[in-house]
Amino acid sequence: MVADPIVSIRDLSKVYRQGEIQVTALNQVSIDIQTGEFVVLMGPSGSGKSTLLHIIAGIDRASSGSVLVQGINVANLTESQLADWRNQNVGFVFQSFNLIPVLTAAENVELPLLLTALGRAERRRQVALALDLVGLADRGHHRPDQMSGGQQQRVAIARALVTDPTLIVADEPTGNLDAKSATDVLSILQALSRDSRKTVIMVTHDPKAAGYGTRSLHLEKGEIVA
Amino acid sequence: MALPLNYNIRNVLVRWRTTLFTVLGIGAVVLVFLGLRALGRGIEATNANTGDSRNLLVVRKGSQAESGSLVSREQFRTLRDLPGIARNAAGEPLVSAELVMIVSAPRRDEVGEANTLIRGVTPRGMELRSQVALVEGRWFRAGQREVVVSSRLARRFAGFEVGGTIKAGPDRLTVVGHFDGRGSAFDSEAWMDADESRALFDREQYSSVLLRPADDSLAAGLIQRIDHDKRLALRAEREVDYYSKQTMTAKPINYLAGILGTAMSVGAVFAAMNTMYASVGARTREIGTLRVLGYSRRSIVLCFLIEGVLLALLGGILGCATAWGLQVELAAFNVSFGTLDFQSFAETVFQFRVTPDLMLLGLGFSVVIGLAGSLLPALRAARLPVIVALKSL
Repeated sequence: MVADPIVSIRDLSKVYRQGEIQVTALNQVSIDIQTGEFVVLMGPSGSGKSTLLHIIAGIDRASSGSVLVQGINVANLTESQLADWRNQNVGFVFQSFNLIPVLTAAENVELPLLLTALGRAERRRQVALALDLVGLADRGHHRPDQMSGGQQQRVAIARALVTDPTLIVADEPTGNLDAKSATDVLSILQALSRDSRKTVIMVTHDPKAAGYGTRSLHLEKGEIVA
Repeated sequence: MALPLNYNIRNVLVRWRTTLFTVLGIGAVVLVFLGLRALGRGIEATNANTGDSRNLLVVRKGSQAESGSLVSREQFRTLRDLPGIARNAAGEPLVSAELVMIVSAPRRDEVGEANTLIRGVTPRGMELRSQVALVEGRWFRAGQREVVVSSRLARRFAGFEVGGTIKAGPDRLTVVGHFDGRGSAFDSEAWMDADESRALFDREQYSSVLLRPADDSLAAGLIQRIDHDKRLALRAEREVDYYSKQTMTAKPINYLAGILGTAMSVGAVFAAMNTMYASVGARTREIGTLRVLGYSRRSIVLCFLIEGVLLALLGGILGCATAWGLQVELAAFNVSFGTLDFQSFAETVFQFRVTPDLMLLGLGFSVVIGLAGSLLPALRAARLPVIVALKSL
């Protein structure tokens, strides 16, 4: 018996308006993603892979169609509900790390937890666990500018998983990293999927990176072609 | 939940150059506002610090100030003989009929002349005013064209030094001493013998009468009796109440503080706004990231409002500290200020007074500047669509 998909997308379209011209970023996309899958979205620039990722993560809205994540239609949530939903269900890893430069690694990781009901001591414990998981237990007091790109991205991963979200979405997480750091980051994401049963959705241009996933989806002109 | 305060503090400090200029600008505005209010407060404090709560001051009905009042000798005698008046050790009633006149004297800095108030006072009047003490020379002698001036006034007028002379009416008065009014309105006066002043200025009548009830419980009855005696046509009130009402002089300065403070605060608001817009501009992607992490629009608005207030508060603290330092310096050099008293039309001398409540007002003023300056940038930050913010460079 096949379990219900954690992400179920049906007839998803996204149309942008650029002046007088309408641009179709996604056209009638339908996919299901199961819990613990590591799905890699690939395709040329402008194929709609990042748009799809953003809509799944609840930071962009579809023009039509439905996106159910754990049975919740994300499109129906208000701005404020969406913010809470993202905090509790989605961990986001960006290409440029997007750490807050004035905060230390530990403070960056703690940011999503400040929106929860956890007490200070419990937050600190969770932060330490997350940093330990990405191999940066001893770097918590360092600011982003005192860390390498690879370390920064690992802090970003710690921040993404500290709330124990259902989904981890990564938008070209290795795009700004050297080969060694990229391998480290991909290994962590793979381990999260394989060992912790986290559902990981990653956008990448890199075929090597795609090799870490359990499934690859190719998009072209807003449609899934393979 | 709001972002941690140290996030706001570090963001304010990390852009230290723009922060510094904005803080200096807001600090200057708070200083000007506070400085003017401190002058107004100085005048108010001078009046509030004047008089003895046991004394009653009697002036003509309808007169708001001694300088516009006339009390005849007959009225004075009636008052003196009222029952319930205190007596001194020699058994004399503690009643003083006084004449208040204005003379023009040259300023010490040679920038023209200004009016100064001369009070013809009796020995009982001096007895009734224990806050006035001789600090140099001697008191005037009865029947002599002598005057004792306040030491603060002496620093502002030429010829007011001991041994100097003051032109008064057709004659000149010799300064024989200086007194200290201990920060009261008497610091703006020169005192001479009451009878001699009436002779000098050729006046039959007095300006006011100061008296002390034998017991404080008699004060209300005495006031009522004087007020209701149709023959007298006088009114009485406690001396301290009379002076505390003489606040009209402070009003123009307080108005000026309000107008100038408001005008300058507009500039300060724009400075704060400029800094906060720059901050929002530089942190657009950061704002997008916070939104992705689950921070609501309200959290973002609150975050930038807090930063704007922090920035302005630093300016407010700077302005308050500078005003306080200025007060300490002015006090160390014994500097007094003078302005025209709109009730007596004489120069009134006062101190620059930065009080704790004024400093709180200054800090509150800076908070308002911070809120006004950061509201629009905060709203702009919150309204940015998450996806647009994230794609920002």
